[in-house]
Amino acid sequence: MENEYVLSMEGISKQFPGVRALSNVKLNARKGKVHALMGENGAGKSTLMKILIGIYAPDSGTITFKGEKLNITNTNYALSKGISMIHQELSPIPQMTVAENIYLGREPVSWNGLVDMRKMNRMAAELLDRLHIKIKPTAKMHELSIANIQLAEIAKAVSYNSDLIIMDEPTSAITEAEVEGLFNIIRSLKAQGCAIIYISHKMDEIFKITDEVTVFRDGQYMGTDDTADLTDAILIEKMVGRTLTDMFHKETTDMGSVFLDVQNLSGKGFRNVSFQVKRGEILGIAGLMGAGRTELMEAVFGVTRTHGGSIHIDGKAVKINSPADAIRGGMALLTEDRKLTGLYLNASVRENMFIANIHNYMVGPFIHFGKIGKDCERMRGLMRIKTPSLLEIIKNLSGGNQQKVLISRWLLTEPDLLILDEPTRGIDVGAKSEIYRLMTEFVRSGKAIIMISSELPEVLGMSDRILVMHEGDKVGELSRAEATQEKILQMATGMSLTA
Amino acid sequence: MANPGVITAHKPEKPQQTSHQISRVFSKYGIFLIFAVMVLGASLLSPAFLSSTNLINIVRQMSIVGLIALGVTGIIVSAGIDLSSGSVVGLTAVVAASLAQSPDNTSAFYPGLHLPLIVPVVAACFVGALVGLINGTLVAKTRIPPFIATLGTFTAIRGAANLYTGGRPISDLTDDYDFIGQGDVFGVPVPIIILVVMAVFTHILYAHTKFGKYIYAIGGNEQAARVSGINAARYKMLIYVYASFLAGLAGVVVSSRIGSGQPGLGVGYELDAIAAAVIGGTSLSAGGIGTVAGTIVGALIIGVLNNTLDLMNVSAFWQQIVKGCIIVGAVILDQLKNRGGK
Repeated sequence: MENEYVLSMEGISKQFPGVRALSNVKLNARKGKVHALMGENGAGKSTLMKILIGIYAPDSGTITFKGEKLNITNTNYALSKGISMIHQELSPIPQMTVAENIYLGREPVSWNGLVDMRKMNRMAAELLDRLHIKIKPTAKMHELSIANIQLAEIAKAVSYNSDLIIMDEPTSAITEAEVEGLFNIIRSLKAQGCAIIYISHKMDEIFKITDEVTVFRDGQYMGTDDTADLTDAILIEKMVGRTLTDMFHKETTDMGSVFLDVQNLSGKGFRNVSFQVKRGEILGIAGLMGAGRTELMEAVFGVTRTHGGSIHIDGKAVKINSPADAIRGGMALLTEDRKLTGLYLNASVRENMFIANIHNYMVGPFIHFGKIGKDCERMRGLMRIKTPSLLEIIKNLSGGNQQKVLISRWLLTEPDLLILDEPTRGIDVGAKSEIYRLMTEFVRSGKAIIMISSELPEVLGMSDRILVMHEGDKVGELSRAEATQEKILQMATGMSLTA
Repeated sequence: MANPGVITAHKPEKPQQTSHQISRVFSKYGIFLIFAVMVLGASLLSPAFLSSTNLINIVRQMSIVGLIALGVTGIIVSAGIDLSSGSVVGLTAVVAASLAQSPDNTSAFYPGLHLPLIVPVVAACFVGALVGLINGTLVAKTRIPPFIATLGTFTAIRGAANLYTGGRPISDLTDDYDFIGQGDVFGVPVPIIILVVMAVFTHILYAHTKFGKYIYAIGGNEQAARVSGINAARYKMLIYVYASFLAGLAGVVVSSRIGSGQPGLGVGYELDAIAAAVIGGTSLSAGGIGTVAGTIVGALIIGVLNNTLDLMNVSAFWQQIVKGCIIVGAVILDQLKNRGGK
């Protein structure tokens, strides 16, 4: 058994204006082992990793790497010492090719001082091939699906031949079938003696691939254990500081009349899809990345054009040509990509909450800020949003808390149908459970939810009915009783059920 | 059937493959097609258009703005902007002219000065690069928006040009110096030769060197470039230096072409250069997009347009209106392209 620590971070503290992000935490990673770093959003995991990679400077503490005390002041230095990172926020350069992205900053140069594109493409092809990732090195990043972009980022991190790779939610955008491929990559990295720090909110991944787990809570070190000694329940309790008995809070509700009826709808990325949602129902939509789920819902919500087919709301035929039409029809859409399509990053928490609902707070030409304050304060309590104040700029909040603000925004519009696209992506287990509780309460009052999710436990746990899509087609529908992980995966990957 | 070891992510099939393909070809080569159509149209409208004198004339006229636009392209690719290049032309024109006056001119700026031709040229390029260093430092170190930083130098550098000569022009330049703007080699005007050489050099610089790759990377996603270990501030600074160096070279060409260095030279050139880059497909809305070839064609389109309207006796006022429409049209095209590419 290899016992030597390749990395040892001791007594690390970091203070941001108004927040103590880390206080006296430690983390030790071993050669050839996968070390999980767990904790809720805002627990300080990402902050610690940014310190390790040289984006932040710690206020105190020491970093020892390969027996050498390091003072890491920039990313370049960390990379040169053998520490690389897959960043949580995917950061490709869209107009450049996969190969250019992978070798950015260390392009091969030929005798005349020019970048040797041919050699670079060949190196990228070999790398991708070795990792069994099927992407063309000459493809432009913006032509790839989110899942392939993530795979390219993984290839990039591996290409540094580092002794330590930090993986910050490496599976946030890829689906279960592709996760297995990533795990194969991780296993071969382990065999080469590479240490890996693995950050993920997905429990099954932690138990499948990691050797040790360190838990942080509110910037404090809570302990390190062998993964084999842990269970779901123990781990969750360590992270949230309380026991979560029922993660999903699922209740069977009484179904009402059909609220939304979509027939034979086609559009960019999906074809001829029909489905219904009843009042009181949660309809889950499962499928791999790129199956057309997001495209379908954006079309229903009037973001993109549709051709053919019909949409009925409460039995009445409607034309939805814009999101405004959809909102009038009683719908609300929580988008998949918070930063791109959801948040006003430079506006306050309060602004972000009431922006979709401003007409309800008008007194003549004036905005009734008192009423807004009261409603927002109620949402803040209900959603347990962690923010110093409602006037805090939202980009200073953690990802989970941003998501809660967005959900609050749509709850304030009191919609009849809430469409949630990956509602818990990148969100910690405590916040997840709260979002599930809110979903249950929402449908209990006779309203409907459509939830797109790539996390099968979530789809199975929350949905009354599950619609499965594959490459733009609806390939089936399963009731809660008949749905299993295997059945959904089979349908989603396009394998016939009898095979 | 998914092989468990192989990772592939599924993309939805594109229902309209062929139309997608066509729009892709168009978005890549559209500007060249438009240019070809314009040349064809111009030659039909006016038989004089295709004469070699006229064609050379067009290129000579666009060569000065073309030089500036080469640098401006790099700056816009890095997600920046440069408003100061016209003022740099004014300052470098007077600096160069003051060092290139005839030695027997008794009322010269520096009387009795007799320097080799290389001195005024290098001095102008150096002064230009210096202004670029100021722009680049402001943009990269203080992080004020490039628009504001270069708006400041736009104003201040014009002032410096006027201050240097007391607002007066500097005339009576040496024949050697005048040759740069007025001479030709085997029938090809020297400004065109300078433009072609610099265009080829700039193309290699942008498309085939690390420096170029990093400019595109910084424009496309600065954060990503930084976490890949690229010193973004340094490369941003360098692109401003290079652009102003080219503007300095343009200052030499323009002053020798008219045989006089005037502090008011180059007014409005910065906007013409930006227009050429934008018409040529350099994206103002998203960084990381733009090519030297596109920009040259962009400048040629403006040149051909002006020339054709001249030949057809359309008034200069109408020409301005048409040019304005072309610029806006090019940006609309760019937006459609970006939407289609997604």
